Amino acid sequence: MSGAVVTGAQAGLVSCETCKLLTRPVHPEHAGHCPRCGATLEVRRVQSLQRTWALIIAAAICYIPANLLPVMVSNTFATSDAETIMGGVVYLYTSGSWPLALIVLVASVMVPLGKLLALGYLLVSVQRGTARGHHERARLFRIVVFIGRWSMLDVFVATFTVALVQLQPLMSVLPGAGVLFFAAVVVLTMLAAETFDPRLLWDSATNMEKHDG
Amino acid sequence: MSDAARPSQPLMACQECDLLQRIPALPVGGRARCARCGFLLAARPRDPLELPLVLTLTALIVFIVANAMPLMDLAAVGRYSSTTILGGARQMWLDGERITAMIVVFCAVIAPALYLLLMLAVLIAARRPPLPHWSGELLRWGLHMQPWAMYDVMLLGILVALIKIAQLATVDPGIGLFAMGLLAVLLPAIAVTFDAREVWKRVAWKHGDDLAAAAFADEDHLERGR
Ligand SMILES: [Zn+2]
Ligand SMILES: [Zn+2]
Repeated sequence: MSGAVVTGAQAGLVSCETCKLLTRPVHPEHAGHCPRCGATLEVRRVQSLQRTWALIIAAAICYIPANLLPVMVSNTFATSDAETIMGGVVYLYTSGSWPLALIVLVASVMVPLGKLLALGYLLVSVQRGTARGHHERARLFRIVVFIGRWSMLDVFVATFTVALVQLQPLMSVLPGAGVLFFAAVVVLTMLAAETFDPRLLWDSATNMEKHDG
Repeated sequence: MSDAARPSQPLMACQECDLLQRIPALPVGGRARCARCGFLLAARPRDPLELPLVLTLTALIVFIVANAMPLMDLAAVGRYSSTTILGGARQMWLDGERITAMIVVFCAVIAPALYLLLMLAVLIAARRPPLPHWSGELLRWGLHMQPWAMYDVMLLGILVALIKIAQLATVDPGIGLFAMGLLAVLLPAIAVTFDAREVWKRVAWKHGDDLAAAAFADEDHLERGR
């Protein structure tokens, strides 16, 4: 071996994303199904860039009402108090549990926004064929995948607060319209991370090394 | 030719960067990472089929407890309420947030139940090779469910909810909550102790062995071609 980088795509081989079996399809554009596990075979995930863009744009649109609309509405005899996600963070902070305030702030506000920005940046870098920082971008993608689920936190906070505080007519908590948009942001960004094909990040590295050699 | 490069080790492409490489035979507890991007290509747990089976069975029992028992009780000025996982989703549904309720049910009940049941079916089938080809299909679906089973996130969410409510009322954690904590540990433990390669090695191919032979012949061809 010359030490040159050889990828599956260069060798005309397709790797099954489920069982990792390598096969040589007759037509790489229509690779068909994995002979071992039956998963759809794709050299690169089909329309990865378009689908990921569509999902993160939809998520970005939902992110605005998710933060502006209340996630919970507390009702007592006299008062009705709507609480947005930031309102919940402030409430936790002023009531003395700043570590939890920080966790909710990170999981609910910063992580979804960071995911949108990170995926947007990765998509732009692939479309421009950026040939630097592959390792950094691969790491960024792994972080996005790893932390994605954690932004579901506030959906669960709302669900169980609403379920538990049902002491009518004394006090009750209702879910606000924001919780739906918030859950949508989390689901859409998780799906976006699944449709994004990280192998696209490395294709520019493969091409560069081929030209050098 | 070095040990790592012997054609007897199957050629594979890195899932994250598509680099072709051979995985050397790993010692127990060993891990193989991609030479280019560092992605974890393979790991060899001590007991890749029996231990995950035991853990999956345990998790299924704990799953039933977590869903049947109250997560927490709340008492305030002589009034009392309690909730289960499904009770939480039900209240969301009743309050008009139906899509959110369905998302919660999916992450809290359906995804983990499917994950555990599919893993159980595959691991039981794996005791008698060759596995029927549908067990490959089941494993594929089971692995898809994994990131959507969110007990770890849910546990933290309930903790935040408890602390918020504790200002207004007395809250006691219930048995369901401890069961959920156990699941938050058991589910990742199944994934870590399980080695999917052991299943794929034993599974009967969906489209027959002639294609299989063709695939591996190609591999040898590639090796000679370099
Ligand atoms: Zn496959
Ligand atoms: Zn790699």
